[in-house]
Amino acid sequence: MQPSRAIETWVGLFVAVGMIALFFLAMQVSNLSDLQVDDQSYKITARFENAGSLRVRAPVSMAGVRIGRVSAIRFDKDTYEAVVEMRIEPGYDTLPTDTTANVLTAGLLGEQYIGLSPGGSEDYLKNGDEIELTQSAMVLEEVISRFLFNKAEGGGDSSQSDAGSTKSGKASKK
Amino acid sequence: MLEPVQKVGRSTLDSLQKLGRANLFLLHVLTGIPDILRRFRLLFAQVYSVGVLSILIIGVSGLFVGMVLGLQGYYVLSDFGAEQTLGVMVAASLVRELGPVVTALLFAGRAGSALTAEIGLMKATEQLSGMEMMAVDPIKRIIAPRLFAGIISMPLLACLFSMVGVMGGYFVGVGLLGVDEGAFWSQMRAKIDFYDDILNGVIKSLVFGVVVTWIAVFEGYDSIPTSEGVSRATTRSVVYAAFAVLGWDFVLTALMFGED
Repeated sequence: MQPSRAIETWVGLFVAVGMIALFFLAMQVSNLSDLQVDDQSYKITARFENAGSLRVRAPVSMAGVRIGRVSAIRFDKDTYEAVVEMRIEPGYDTLPTDTTANVLTAGLLGEQYIGLSPGGSEDYLKNGDEIELTQSAMVLEEVISRFLFNKAEGGGDSSQSDAGSTKSGKASKK
Repeated sequence: MLEPVQKVGRSTLDSLQKLGRANLFLLHVLTGIPDILRRFRLLFAQVYSVGVLSILIIGVSGLFVGMVLGLQGYYVLSDFGAEQTLGVMVAASLVRELGPVVTALLFAGRAGSALTAEIGLMKATEQLSGMEMMAVDPIKRIIAPRLFAGIISMPLLACLFSMVGVMGGYFVGVGLLGVDEGAFWSQMRAKIDFYDDILNGVIKSLVFGVVVTWIAVFEGYDSIPTSEGVSRATTRSVVYAAFAVLGWDFVLTALMFGED
Protein backbone atom coordinates (compact mmCIF):
# COMPACT_ATOMS: atom_id res chain seq x y z
CA MET A 1 0.00 0.00 0.00
CA GLN A 2 1.22 3.46 -0.82
CA PRO A 3 1.95 5.98 1.91
CA SER A 4 -1.26 7.66 2.94
CA ARG A 5 -0.02 11.15 1.99
CA ALA A 6 0.10 10.15 -1.67
CA ILE A 7 -3.32 8.58 -1.46
CA GLU A 8 -4.78 11.72 0.02
CA THR A 9 -3.25 13.77 -2.76
CA TRP A 10 -4.68 11.49 -5.42
CA VAL A 11 -8.12 11.53 -3.82
CA GLY A 12 -8.01 15.30 -3.62
CA LEU A 13 -7.02 15.46 -7.25
CA PHE A 14 -9.82 13.07 -8.18
CA VAL A 15 -12.44 15.13 -6.37
CA ALA A 16 -11.08 18.30 -7.96
CA VAL A 17 -11.23 16.78 -11.44
CA GLY A 18 -14.80 15.63 -10.83
CA MET A 19 -15.80 19.09 -9.67
CA ILE A 20 -14.12 20.67 -12.68
CA ALA A 21 -16.11 18.31 -14.90
CA LEU A 22 -19.36 19.35 -13.21
CA PHE A 23 -18.38 22.99 -13.52
CA PHE A 24 -17.58 22.50 -17.20
CA LEU A 25 -20.95 20.87 -17.78
CA ALA A 26 -22.70 23.68 -15.94
CA MET A 27 -20.97 26.58 -17.62
CA GLN A 28 -20.07 25.31 -21.06
CA VAL A 29 -22.71 22.73 -21.89
CA SER A 30 -25.82 24.03 -20.14
CA ASN A 31 -27.62 27.32 -20.19
CA LEU A 32 -26.78 28.10 -16.57
CA SER A 33 -24.32 30.84 -17.42
CA ASP A 34 -26.85 32.85 -19.41
CA LEU A 35 -29.80 32.05 -17.17
CA GLN A 36 -28.87 34.37 -14.33
CA VAL A 37 -32.17 36.07 -13.74
CA ASP A 38 -31.01 39.58 -13.16
CA ASP A 39 -33.07 41.35 -10.58
CA GLN A 40 -32.35 44.48 -12.54
CA SER A 41 -34.18 43.08 -15.57
CA TYR A 42 -37.54 44.61 -16.30
CA LYS A 43 -40.80 42.96 -17.24
CA ILE A 44 -43.02 43.65 -20.20
CA THR A 45 -46.09 41.76 -21.35
CA ALA A 46 -47.71 41.16 -24.71
CA ARG A 47 -51.01 39.58 -25.71
CA PHE A 48 -51.17 37.17 -28.57
CA GLU A 49 -54.19 35.67 -30.28
CA ASN A 50 -52.15 32.48 -30.60
CA ALA A 51 -48.82 31.86 -28.89
CA GLY A 52 -48.15 28.67 -30.87
CA SER A 53 -45.72 26.35 -29.12
CA LEU A 54 -43.86 29.14 -27.35
CA ARG A 55 -42.35 28.00 -24.07
CA VAL A 56 -41.13 29.63 -20.90
CA ARG A 57 -37.41 30.57 -21.22
CA ALA A 58 -37.70 30.98 -24.97
CA PRO A 59 -35.47 33.83 -26.19
CA VAL A 60 -36.75 37.33 -26.83
CA SER A 61 -34.68 38.90 -29.56
CA MET A 62 -34.45 42.12 -31.45
CA ALA A 63 -32.57 42.33 -34.74
CA GLY A 64 -31.49 38.74 -34.14
CA VAL A 65 -29.79 39.46 -30.84
CA ARG A 66 -31.18 37.97 -27.65
CA ILE A 67 -32.16 40.71 -25.24
CA GLY A 68 -34.32 38.75 -22.81
CA ARG A 69 -36.32 35.63 -22.10
CA VAL A 70 -39.97 34.64 -21.80
CA SER A 71 -40.69 34.31 -18.08
CA ALA A 72 -44.35 33.25 -18.05
CA ILE A 73 -47.19 32.38 -20.40
CA ARG A 74 -50.77 32.67 -19.15
CA PHE A 75 -54.20 32.31 -20.68
CA ASP A 76 -56.59 35.21 -20.23
CA LYS A 77 -60.02 33.66 -19.83
CA ASP A 78 -61.88 36.90 -20.52
CA THR A 79 -60.30 37.85 -23.81
CA TYR A 80 -59.25 34.31 -24.84
CA GLU A 81 -55.73 35.50 -25.51
CA ALA A 82 -52.32 34.28 -24.48
CA VAL A 83 -50.54 36.69 -22.15
CA VAL A 84 -46.78 36.37 -22.53
CA GLU A 85 -44.56 37.91 -19.88
CA MET A 86 -40.93 38.58 -20.75
CA ARG A 87 -37.95 39.84 -18.84
CA ILE A 88 -35.67 42.17 -20.74
CA GLU A 89 -32.08 42.70 -19.69
CA PRO A 90 -31.54 46.05 -17.97
CA GLY A 91 -29.04 47.27 -20.56
CA TYR A 92 -31.71 47.36 -23.25
CA ASP A 93 -34.04 49.93 -21.75
CA THR A 94 -34.68 51.98 -24.86
CA LEU A 95 -37.43 49.97 -26.54
CA PRO A 96 -40.01 52.35 -28.08
CA THR A 97 -43.58 52.02 -26.78
CA ASP A 98 -44.85 51.16 -30.26
CA THR A 99 -42.56 48.12 -30.58
CA THR A 100 -44.14 45.16 -32.38
CA ALA A 101 -43.87 41.64 -30.92
CA ASN A 102 -44.03 38.61 -33.23
CA VAL A 103 -43.95 34.94 -32.40
CA LEU A 104 -41.37 33.61 -34.85
CA THR A 105 -39.91 30.22 -35.59
CA ALA A 106 -36.18 29.54 -35.77
CA GLY A 107 -35.82 27.67 -39.05
CA LEU A 108 -38.66 25.68 -40.56
CA LEU A 109 -39.22 23.30 -37.66
CA GLY A 110 -37.19 25.01 -34.96
CA GLU A 111 -38.07 26.44 -31.61
CA GLN A 112 -40.38 29.42 -31.35
CA TYR A 113 -39.16 32.72 -29.99
CA ILE A 114 -40.34 36.29 -29.71
CA GLY A 115 -38.99 38.80 -32.17
CA LEU A 116 -39.35 42.49 -31.36
CA SER A 117 -39.23 45.15 -34.06
CA PRO A 118 -38.76 48.72 -32.91
CA GLY A 119 -41.26 51.46 -33.67
CA GLY A 120 -40.62 55.17 -33.97
CA SER A 121 -41.91 56.48 -30.68
CA GLU A 122 -39.85 58.73 -28.46
CA ASP A 123 -41.15 57.12 -25.27
CA TYR A 124 -39.61 53.92 -23.95
CA LEU A 125 -41.19 50.83 -22.44
CA LYS A 126 -40.91 50.63 -18.66
CA ASN A 127 -41.25 47.81 -16.15
CA GLY A 128 -44.79 46.35 -16.31
CA ASP A 129 -45.72 47.93 -19.64
CA GLU A 130 -47.63 46.07 -22.30
CA ILE A 131 -46.78 45.84 -25.99
CA GLU A 132 -49.90 46.74 -27.95
CA LEU A 133 -48.86 45.62 -31.41
CA THR A 134 -48.51 41.87 -31.68
CA GLN A 135 -48.59 39.26 -34.38
CA SER A 136 -49.52 35.64 -33.65
CA ALA A 137 -47.52 32.52 -34.27
CA MET A 138 -47.50 31.03 -37.72
CA VAL A 139 -49.30 27.69 -37.56
CA LEU A 140 -47.99 25.42 -40.29
CA GLU A 141 -51.34 23.71 -40.90
CA GLU A 142 -53.08 27.02 -41.50
CA VAL A 143 -50.41 28.16 -43.91
CA ILE A 144 -50.57 24.89 -45.83
CA SER A 145 -54.36 24.88 -45.97
CA ARG A 146 -54.37 28.47 -47.22
CA PHE A 147 -51.78 27.55 -49.83
CA LEU A 148 -53.81 24.55 -50.98
CA PHE A 149 -56.97 26.62 -51.06
CA ASN A 150 -55.28 29.27 -53.24
CA LYS A 151 -53.90 26.61 -55.50
CA ALA A 152 -57.32 25.01 -56.02
CA GLU A 153 -58.66 28.42 -57.03
CA GLY A 154 -55.67 29.37 -59.19
CA GLY A 155 -55.84 26.29 -61.46
CA GLY A 156 -53.22 25.30 -64.01
CA ASP A 157 -50.95 28.30 -63.53
CA SER A 158 -49.54 27.22 -60.19
CA SER A 159 -49.22 23.52 -61.14
CA GLN A 160 -46.83 24.49 -63.91
CA SER A 161 -44.59 26.45 -61.63
CA ASP A 162 -44.80 23.56 -59.20
CA ALA A 163 -43.46 21.16 -61.85
CA GLY A 164 -40.63 23.56 -62.53
CA SER A 165 -39.69 23.74 -58.89
CA THR A 166 -39.54 19.94 -58.49
CA LYS A 167 -37.28 19.72 -61.51
CA SER A 168 -34.91 22.26 -60.11
CA GLY A 169 -35.05 20.43 -56.80
CA LYS A 170 -33.90 17.23 -58.47
CA ALA A 171 -31.15 19.05 -60.28
CA SER A 172 -29.85 20.56 -57.09
CA LYS A 173 -29.85 17.15 -55.43
CA LYS A 174 -27.47 15.85 -58.09
CA MET B 1 -44.25 -35.07 -8.20
CA LEU B 2 -44.44 -32.12 -5.87
CA GLU B 3 -40.68 -31.66 -6.10
CA PRO B 4 -40.69 -28.91 -8.82
CA VAL B 5 -43.39 -26.95 -7.01
CA GLN B 6 -41.43 -27.15 -3.78
CA LYS B 7 -38.34 -25.96 -5.61
CA VAL B 8 -40.12 -22.86 -6.89
CA GLY B 9 -41.37 -22.11 -3.41
CA ARG B 10 -37.96 -22.62 -1.85
CA SER B 11 -36.16 -20.37 -4.33
CA THR B 12 -38.80 -17.66 -3.92
CA LEU B 13 -38.43 -17.77 -0.16
CA ASP B 14 -34.65 -17.77 -0.53
CA SER B 15 -34.62 -14.69 -2.70
CA LEU B 16 -37.10 -12.88 -0.44
CA GLN B 17 -34.92 -13.73 2.52
CA LYS B 18 -31.87 -12.45 0.70
CA LEU B 19 -33.63 -9.19 -0.15
CA GLY B 20 -34.51 -8.73 3.52
CA ARG B 21 -30.94 -9.53 4.54
CA ALA B 22 -29.62 -7.01 2.05
CA ASN B 23 -31.84 -4.25 3.44
CA LEU B 24 -30.97 -5.01 7.06
CA PHE B 25 -27.33 -5.04 5.98
CA LEU B 26 -27.70 -1.58 4.44
CA LEU B 27 -29.27 -0.26 7.66
CA HIS B 28 -26.40 -1.73 9.64
CA VAL B 29 -23.90 -0.06 7.31
CA LEU B 30 -25.65 3.28 7.73
CA THR B 31 -25.11 3.07 11.47
CA GLY B 32 -21.39 3.22 10.63
CA ILE B 33 -21.61 6.85 9.43
CA PRO B 34 -20.26 8.36 12.69
CA ASP B 35 -17.29 5.99 12.60
CA ILE B 36 -16.47 7.12 9.07
CA LEU B 37 -16.58 10.74 10.10
CA ARG B 38 -14.08 9.94 12.83
CA ARG B 39 -11.74 7.99 10.56
CA PHE B 40 -11.48 9.79 7.25
CA ARG B 41 -8.32 7.94 6.39
CA LEU B 42 -10.20 4.67 5.81
CA LEU B 43 -12.55 6.50 3.46
CA PHE B 44 -9.69 8.16 1.58
CA ALA B 45 -7.97 4.84 0.99
CA GLN B 46 -11.19 3.42 -0.44
CA VAL B 47 -11.96 6.45 -2.61
CA TYR B 48 -8.49 5.96 -4.00
CA SER B 49 -8.95 2.30 -4.89
CA VAL B 50 -12.56 2.66 -6.04
CA GLY B 51 -12.56 6.09 -7.67
CA VAL B 52 -9.09 7.24 -8.58
CA LEU B 53 -8.10 3.94 -10.12
CA SER B 54 -11.28 3.97 -12.24
CA ILE B 55 -10.47 7.33 -13.86
CA LEU B 56 -8.56 5.81 -16.75
CA ILE B 57 -11.22 3.38 -17.91
CA ILE B 58 -14.00 5.96 -17.42
CA GLY B 59 -12.08 8.66 -19.28
CA VAL B 60 -11.10 6.48 -22.23
CA SER B 61 -14.59 4.98 -22.55
CA GLY B 62 -16.17 8.43 -22.32
CA LEU B 63 -13.92 9.73 -25.06
CA PHE B 64 -14.81 6.92 -27.41
CA VAL B 65 -18.51 6.99 -26.62
CA GLY B 66 -18.55 10.72 -27.33
CA MET B 67 -16.65 10.25 -30.58
CA VAL B 68 -19.02 7.51 -31.74
CA LEU B 69 -22.01 9.67 -30.84
CA GLY B 70 -20.53 12.49 -32.89
CA LEU B 71 -19.98 10.23 -35.87
CA GLN B 72 -23.35 8.46 -35.78
CA GLY B 73 -25.25 11.63 -34.97
CA TYR B 74 -23.63 13.41 -37.88
CA TYR B 75 -24.70 10.78 -40.40
CA VAL B 76 -28.32 10.85 -39.25
CA LEU B 77 -28.58 14.61 -38.73
CA SER B 78 -26.91 15.55 -42.01
CA ASP B 79 -29.75 13.82 -43.86
CA PHE B 80 -32.04 16.49 -42.46
CA GLY B 81 -29.52 19.28 -42.85
CA ALA B 82 -29.44 19.59 -39.07
CA GLU B 83 -25.73 18.97 -38.36
CA GLN B 84 -25.80 22.12 -36.26
CA THR B 85 -27.74 20.31 -33.56
CA LEU B 86 -25.02 17.69 -33.24
CA GLY B 87 -23.81 19.33 -30.04
CA VAL B 88 -27.28 19.09 -28.50
CA MET B 89 -27.58 15.44 -29.44
CA VAL B 90 -24.18 14.48 -28.07
CA ALA B 91 -24.52 16.47 -24.86
CA ALA B 92 -28.12 15.49 -24.13
CA SER B 93 -27.55 11.79 -24.61
CA LEU B 94 -24.36 11.89 -22.55
CA VAL B 95 -25.60 14.01 -19.68
CA ARG B 96 -29.01 12.40 -19.34
CA GLU B 97 -28.40 8.75 -20.10
CA LEU B 98 -25.05 7.49 -21.23
CA GLY B 99 -22.97 9.33 -18.65
CA PRO B 100 -24.66 7.86 -15.57
CA VAL B 101 -25.57 4.47 -17.05
CA VAL B 102 -22.35 3.54 -18.84
CA THR B 103 -20.29 4.86 -15.94
CA ALA B 104 -22.31 2.71 -13.54
CA LEU B 105 -21.87 -0.39 -15.71
CA LEU B 106 -18.12 0.20 -16.05
CA PHE B 107 -17.93 0.98 -12.36
CA ALA B 108 -19.66 -2.30 -11.53
CA GLY B 109 -17.14 -4.14 -13.65
CA ARG B 110 -14.06 -2.24 -12.55
CA ALA B 111 -14.72 -1.46 -8.88
CA GLY B 112 -17.78 -3.48 -7.85
CA SER B 113 -16.28 -6.85 -8.76
CA ALA B 114 -13.08 -5.96 -6.92
CA LEU B 115 -15.02 -5.01 -3.80
CA THR B 116 -17.00 -8.24 -3.87
CA ALA B 117 -13.90 -10.36 -4.36
CA GLU B 118 -11.98 -8.53 -1.66
CA ILE B 119 -14.73 -8.80 0.95
CA GLY B 120 -15.55 -12.36 -0.07
CA LEU B 121 -11.93 -13.36 0.33
CA MET B 122 -11.75 -11.62 3.70
CA LYS B 123 -14.72 -13.70 4.73
CA ALA B 124 -13.24 -16.91 3.31
CA THR B 125 -9.97 -16.37 5.15
CA GLU B 126 -11.93 -15.57 8.31
CA GLN B 127 -10.55 -12.07 8.64
CA LEU B 128 -14.05 -10.75 9.23
CA SER B 129 -14.77 -13.20 12.04
CA GLY B 130 -11.30 -12.43 13.42
CA MET B 131 -12.30 -8.78 13.65
CA GLU B 132 -15.49 -9.72 15.42
CA MET B 133 -13.42 -11.70 17.92
CA MET B 134 -11.49 -8.50 18.66
CA ALA B 135 -14.78 -6.59 19.16
CA VAL B 136 -14.29 -4.62 15.95
CA ASP B 137 -17.47 -4.46 13.89
CA PRO B 138 -16.37 -5.47 10.36
CA ILE B 139 -19.43 -3.79 8.88
CA LYS B 140 -18.40 -0.45 10.31
CA ARG B 141 -14.70 -0.92 9.76
CA ILE B 142 -14.60 -2.66 6.36
CA ILE B 143 -17.96 -2.28 4.63
CA ALA B 144 -19.06 1.26 5.46
CA PRO B 145 -15.97 3.07 4.08
CA ARG B 146 -16.24 1.05 0.85
CA LEU B 147 -19.93 1.82 0.39
CA PHE B 148 -19.47 5.52 0.95
CA ALA B 149 -16.40 5.64 -1.24
CA GLY B 150 -18.56 4.22 -4.05
CA ILE B 151 -21.33 6.73 -3.38
CA ILE B 152 -18.85 9.61 -3.47
CA SER B 153 -16.96 8.39 -6.53
CA MET B 154 -19.85 7.59 -8.87
CA PRO B 155 -21.20 11.14 -9.47
CA LEU B 156 -17.68 12.46 -9.95
CA LEU B 157 -16.85 9.73 -12.41
CA ALA B 158 -20.14 10.27 -14.28
CA CYS B 159 -19.42 14.00 -14.61
CA LEU B 160 -15.96 13.16 -15.86
CA PHE B 161 -17.42 10.72 -18.37
CA SER B 162 -19.88 13.30 -19.71
CA MET B 163 -17.24 16.00 -19.96
CA VAL B 164 -14.77 13.80 -21.80
CA GLY B 165 -17.60 12.54 -24.00
CA VAL B 166 -18.62 16.06 -25.01
CA MET B 167 -14.97 16.75 -25.81
CA GLY B 168 -14.86 13.61 -27.95
CA GLY B 169 -18.04 14.63 -29.76
CA TYR B 170 -16.57 18.08 -30.30
CA PHE B 171 -13.36 16.62 -31.65
CA VAL B 172 -15.14 14.40 -34.18
CA GLY B 173 -17.99 16.78 -35.06
CA VAL B 174 -16.11 20.04 -35.32
CA GLY B 175 -12.58 18.81 -35.90
CA LEU B 176 -13.13 16.01 -38.39
CA LEU B 177 -16.58 16.46 -39.90
CA GLY B 178 -16.60 20.23 -40.13
CA VAL B 179 -19.67 21.17 -38.08
CA ASP B 180 -19.66 24.85 -37.28
CA GLU B 181 -17.99 25.39 -33.92
CA GLY B 182 -20.18 28.27 -32.79
CA ALA B 183 -23.40 26.43 -33.62
CA PHE B 184 -22.14 23.30 -31.87
CA TRP B 185 -21.66 25.09 -28.54
CA SER B 186 -24.44 27.67 -28.72
CA GLN B 187 -27.16 25.19 -29.67
CA MET B 188 -25.93 22.95 -26.88
CA ARG B 189 -26.11 25.74 -24.38
CA ALA B 190 -29.53 26.81 -25.57
CA LYS B 191 -31.05 23.35 -25.25
CA ILE B 192 -29.33 21.74 -22.25
CA ASP B 193 -30.82 22.92 -18.99
CA PHE B 194 -28.69 22.86 -15.86
CA TYR B 195 -31.41 21.71 -13.50
CA ASP B 196 -33.46 19.49 -15.81
CA ASP B 197 -30.59 17.76 -17.53
CA ILE B 198 -27.33 18.02 -15.63
CA LEU B 199 -28.56 17.90 -12.04
CA ASN B 200 -30.93 15.05 -12.88
CA GLY B 201 -27.98 13.20 -14.40
CA VAL B 202 -25.98 13.75 -11.23
CA ILE B 203 -28.88 12.48 -9.10
CA LYS B 204 -29.11 9.43 -11.34
CA SER B 205 -25.42 8.69 -10.94
CA LEU B 206 -25.71 9.10 -7.17
CA VAL B 207 -28.52 6.53 -7.08
CA PHE B 208 -26.51 4.20 -9.30
CA GLY B 209 -23.53 4.65 -7.01
CA VAL B 210 -25.60 3.51 -4.02
CA VAL B 211 -27.11 0.58 -5.93
CA VAL B 212 -23.89 -0.72 -7.49
CA THR B 213 -21.75 -0.44 -4.37
CA TRP B 214 -24.47 -1.79 -2.13
CA ILE B 215 -24.86 -4.87 -4.31
CA ALA B 216 -21.08 -5.30 -4.51
CA VAL B 217 -20.40 -5.15 -0.77
CA PHE B 218 -23.47 -7.19 0.11
CA GLU B 219 -22.63 -9.97 -2.34
CA GLY B 220 -19.13 -10.09 -0.90
CA TYR B 221 -20.35 -10.12 2.67
CA ASP B 222 -23.05 -12.69 1.92
CA SER B 223 -20.87 -14.99 -0.20
CA ILE B 224 -20.27 -18.63 0.66
CA PRO B 225 -16.75 -18.58 2.16
CA THR B 226 -15.12 -20.88 -0.37
CA SER B 227 -13.15 -20.06 -3.51
CA GLU B 228 -16.09 -21.15 -5.65
CA GLY B 229 -18.51 -19.16 -3.53
CA VAL B 230 -16.42 -15.99 -3.93
CA SER B 231 -16.18 -16.50 -7.68
CA ARG B 232 -19.97 -16.92 -7.91
CA ALA B 233 -20.56 -13.88 -5.73
CA THR B 234 -18.32 -11.78 -7.98
CA THR B 235 -20.26 -12.85 -11.05
CA ARG B 236 -23.58 -12.19 -9.33
CA SER B 237 -22.39 -8.79 -8.18
CA VAL B 238 -21.70 -7.60 -11.73
CA VAL B 239 -24.84 -9.18 -13.22
CA TYR B 240 -27.21 -7.90 -10.53
CA ALA B 241 -25.62 -4.47 -10.61
CA ALA B 242 -26.17 -4.25 -14.38
CA PHE B 243 -29.81 -5.31 -14.02
CA ALA B 244 -30.42 -2.93 -11.15
CA VAL B 245 -28.80 0.01 -12.93
CA LEU B 246 -30.82 -0.47 -16.10
CA GLY B 247 -34.06 -1.03 -14.20
CA TRP B 248 -33.55 1.99 -11.97
CA ASP B 249 -32.58 4.03 -14.99
CA PHE B 250 -35.99 3.40 -16.49
CA VAL B 251 -37.77 4.32 -13.26
CA LEU B 252 -35.70 7.48 -12.72
CA THR B 253 -36.06 8.57 -16.33
CA ALA B 254 -39.82 8.14 -16.13
CA LEU B 255 -39.88 10.21 -12.93
CA MET B 256 -37.54 12.96 -14.13
CA PHE B 257 -38.26 13.42 -17.79
CA GLY B 258 -41.81 12.04 -17.91
CA GLU B 259 -43.71 15.30 -17.80
CA ASP B 260 -42.78 18.15 -20.01
